[in-house]
Amino acid sequence: MNVNLKIWRQAGPDAPGKLVDYRVEDIDPSQSFLEMLDKLNETLVKKGQEPVAFESDCREGICGNCGLVINGIAHGSKGGCTTCEIRMRQYNDGDTITVEPFRAKAFPLIKDLVVNRSAFDRIMSKGGYVAVNAGSAQDANLQPIHKDKAEAAMDAAACIGCGACVAACPNASASLFVGAKISQFTWLPQGQVERGSRALKMVKQMDHEGFGDCSNHAECEAVCPKEISIANISRMRREFTKALFARS
Amino acid sequence: MSKKPTLDSKIPEGHISEKWSSHKFNMKLVNPANKRKHKVIVVGTGLAGGSAAASLGELGYQVQSFCIQDSPRRAHSVAAQGGINAAKNYQNDGDSVYRLFYDTVKGGDFRAREANVHRLAEVSTNIIDQCVAQGVPFAREYGGTLANRSFGGAQVSRTFYARGQTGQQLLLGAYGSLMRQVDEGNVEMFSRREMLDLVIVNGKARGIICRNLVTGEIEKYAADAVLLCTGGYSTVFYLSTNAVNCNPTAAWRCYKRGAAFANPCYTQIHPTCIPRFGETQSKLTLMSESLRNDGRVWVPKRKGDDRKPEDIPEAERDYYLETKYPAFGNLVPRDIASRNAKEVCDEGRGVGPTGYAVYLDFGDAIQRLGKDVISQRYGNLFAMYHEITGDDPYETPMMIYPAPHYTMGGLWVDYNLMTTIDGLFALGEANFSDHGANRLGASALMQGLADGYFVIPYTLGNYLATEKPEEVTTEAPEFDEVAKEVQEGIEKLMSIKGSTTADEIHRKLGNIMIDEVGMSRSEEGLKKALEEIPKIREQFFKDLCIPGDTKDYNKELEKAGRVMDFLDLGELMARDALERPESCGGHFRVESQDEEGEAKRDDENLCHVAAWWFQGEGNLPERLVEPLDYEYVKPSNRSYK
Repeated sequence: MNVNLKIWRQAGPDAPGKLVDYRVEDIDPSQSFLEMLDKLNETLVKKGQEPVAFESDCREGICGNCGLVINGIAHGSKGGCTTCEIRMRQYNDGDTITVEPFRAKAFPLIKDLVVNRSAFDRIMSKGGYVAVNAGSAQDANLQPIHKDKAEAAMDAAACIGCGACVAACPNASASLFVGAKISQFTWLPQGQVERGSRALKMVKQMDHEGFGDCSNHAECEAVCPKEISIANISRMRREFTKALFARS
Repeated sequence: MSKKPTLDSKIPEGHISEKWSSHKFNMKLVNPANKRKHKVIVVGTGLAGGSAAASLGELGYQVQSFCIQDSPRRAHSVAAQGGINAAKNYQNDGDSVYRLFYDTVKGGDFRAREANVHRLAEVSTNIIDQCVAQGVPFAREYGGTLANRSFGGAQVSRTFYARGQTGQQLLLGAYGSLMRQVDEGNVEMFSRREMLDLVIVNGKARGIICRNLVTGEIEKYAADAVLLCTGGYSTVFYLSTNAVNCNPTAAWRCYKRGAAFANPCYTQIHPTCIPRFGETQSKLTLMSESLRNDGRVWVPKRKGDDRKPEDIPEAERDYYLETKYPAFGNLVPRDIASRNAKEVCDEGRGVGPTGYAVYLDFGDAIQRLGKDVISQRYGNLFAMYHEITGDDPYETPMMIYPAPHYTMGGLWVDYNLMTTIDGLFALGEANFSDHGANRLGASALMQGLADGYFVIPYTLGNYLATEKPEEVTTEAPEFDEVAKEVQEGIEKLMSIKGSTTADEIHRKLGNIMIDEVGMSRSEEGLKKALEEIPKIREQFFKDLCIPGDTKDYNKELEKAGRVMDFLDLGELMARDALERPESCGGHFRVESQDEEGEAKRDDENLCHVAAWWFQGEGNLPERLVEPLDYEYVKPSNRSYK
């Protein structure tokens, strides 16, 4: 099969960008979307042209490195998967596909389709953990945890930090990302000690990084490759409010 | 040239079960107030690097942590699916530290160091405690206790797991601890940096040279010790289950500075991966080996039988693992499952469009347990398979084939995890590890975290307290010299201006590696590889093309540097395989098998670690030997029948 591409090209953060047309031919429908882009890049490189800069690593939907807006939707229209998991059989021969980066003020562009998501790391550094040093922790089975709660914690912990939630949100809010991490620890006994300070500090850092607030569009949930629920955002709000009052 | 390494393993005296505790007591300590005077560089942020950097930060060292990804949370450990072993014996099924030790030594086909393996088994229980304390959401039973499963050929249930995302959850635990240390100012994080060389001052590792992958700047960093936690080299095969950016460059450049590289030929080919379909693939996808708990592996009995699987009657199917290995059946260790799959495909009984695949059939399990139970156990894996192949495993058997997955070889380290260069340590998959010639399932996560949380915090302190490294900064002339060499190396690659891409060369190398240095190796094939690889290298240096600028985000330049090292490492793997004319673990020499076609070790001549010592470009490296003694687990025939 063959496809036509309109890809965002931008040489650097301050350079002007534009959509550039490309055509990729002889695609095996079993190929992944990124392998199709690899093919395009190989052709460009062989012509001595600069390949399209995009990121990916594990190529099986878990590292969170890849992330493209495909035909206007973060990680494409299929839902419940990352960009690297998309297969070309989802498209028709002759389709025109637009490819753009994850856009947000807090994700400054580096080159073409590559953006800087280190704001997520800084949010995590403000409480995305249980503060326990390596050493002699108590025996792991001393504290039973209800299976349902452990499962709920795992649902929230499944976040891969790709940033699709931010790219999809009209406010470029990181609420789903932050809400998921805060929620994970609310379900677990280990997370209780720092429960309030975690919510306050992580939300504050999110604001500081320039992410917008949530206004319940739920676009984040729709594009999340791990299908993380916006119930986590409600939980974040509750935790934040509780902590705010507890403190004053 | 540095002085010839002695390969002194520095194994402590005493009974195997007391070596580590007595060593911990005998090691020197760094006074708490003095720890912050020491700078430590940690390269890589996977389970080994992330846990090491976090733990050293907690102790008060000044840590600088480096990764090639945009965030430390993306290191390839994140992709590990199945689980992590620990000798907790929560299931009351006869597990113990000694049994985990025994299983690992035997599973490694008697090519690992006993003392290291015992230490690994000892600290395995602390790892689970530590991770639970961090809030890692492991699977649990209805009573609230931790759930376990049997995994990869173990006869006890000692594997802890978090759905099919155990690696991710453990990594997020380590990453959280790391980010906490960043916030507290004990760790400085450098992401999007690739280590391109090691700086040695007065015979000791004192720093690294990196390329900033965004600006292209060559950067210098100095420290009192360097910890290499950069993973393995499965991507030398081009197609593997590893992430596409995984590479051995950092370790390889250290090899070229005098760190001996041990057992490069020990590679693990994982039996349950989605088969390759064509030339344009970028990687192979692993399907967790937990699938073998309920799936039955088979091929048609008749060669070239191209009927659909559902049309092949029971009597005409060959469940070859169940027939050949009745005690372990479909759960035989990885090397055995992989080799047998290759054998039946080589016989012409493979299935699928390429003939290089076998069935993994859930028909019986679905009938016995119902679709719901199977979906609970493997739902996400089935969905992933369906997505990639277009086939629904609930309706038709999966097709699987082995793929390169893990490398047991790596930089040689002593009991303290120090390489043959003083002050350079290697942790996790980057070292030649505790897995001998074959790693058991769910043991990689265990080793990475053991090294980072519970071994290096002690042994590094001992090194610093003993050596008392003098003050060195990046102003030392050695830094400029090495940085200049790195810069020249980059310019050399850029100046070739040919018409072949780094990927094309890499694929070519990968094909030779998988054919001749893959699941089975012969003298003839290995010699062929040693003839072919230099030809590919010649093409690389004559016709490579890298567009763009060095002072920019330049993926092609990154890839080219790595492919250059893959070529050298591939050659060393072939040489190591040739010099080991026995079959052991993942290394199968066709010349060394018994009457039934099973692997035959040569304990009399080859019960040793082979560590290769670089002798300069164009010269053959020297093969050094560390003899292995088995005082506790007597080498036996590794039978799973």
